[in-house]
Amino acid sequence: MKGSLIILSFFVTGLLLGLYRILPTSWLNFDYSLYVLCALMFTVGFSIGNQPETIRQFRTIHSSVILLPFTTIIGTWAGVLLLSFFSKYSLPDYLAVSSGFGYYSLSSILITEYKGAELGTIALLANIFREVITLLLSPALAKYFGKLAPIAAGGATTMDTTFPVIIKTSGKEFTIVSIYHGFVTDFSVPFLVTLWCGIK
Amino acid sequence: MFYVLLFMFAGMISGYLLRSKKFSFLNRLILLLIWLLLFLLGLEVGMNQQVVNQFANLGMEAFLIAVLGTLGSVIGAKILWNKIKKQNER
Repeated sequence: MKGSLIILSFFVTGLLLGLYRILPTSWLNFDYSLYVLCALMFTVGFSIGNQPETIRQFRTIHSSVILLPFTTIIGTWAGVLLLSFFSKYSLPDYLAVSSGFGYYSLSSILITEYKGAELGTIALLANIFREVITLLLSPALAKYFGKLAPIAAGGATTMDTTFPVIIKTSGKEFTIVSIYHGFVTDFSVPFLVTLWCGIK
Repeated sequence: MFYVLLFMFAGMISGYLLRSKKFSFLNRLILLLIWLLLFLLGLEVGMNQQVVNQFANLGMEAFLIAVLGTLGSVIGAKILWNKIKKQNER
């Protein structure tokens, strides 16, 4: 939650500086964000490659729980499929935004690059909302939808920001499941967002 | 735009090759880069007149995507959980 607030404050600071034109507009003529994005992707990849033992740990998981990241992904898409019947954006747009699975920084940046700032902003807000929903509603979700529900709700964040809340709600035996789910879902974000942004 | 992913793969290979060394500053670096990117994203959004004018609509749209996406995934988890409980009873 504190992490979310810090990140939100960076976004809001940039937003206010932009709104009141405190920085010169010529600043945006050069695509700084793309270079920072490439550096970020390299660093994230580096941290995964640097810890191959986290990948090997997943073998101990109960066979059916291996499906959880996939029910999360398909379930999310099914949810926003309903929305596309009533709203102004296209189905691939909704699928792209929802494929952030709470990983708001990466998904909003990718969608801004692919589809422009408007859908990128929706992605940022929607995925921050998803994390906040998970942090606030985990106990209720576990009660009505079973102990895997907080993990599914947390999407790509279940190995970091929402991890402590999930373990507190569902129990320590879900540690590996939560990390595994976060890892697979997190890893899928750049691929799935890119995929849906590529479909007209 | 697929070349953005190439940076990640390059990072993974580099990280794997250097796996005997641990880089404790990586998580801080990632966080710093994320902060920088979100600052830049905010700046881009703030300077975008079209987005600023539509902010009232975008918030609601985002909220609905979050709620319906989360609800769908949670229902998926419920179906899987019931299946696992049945398997364990057997």
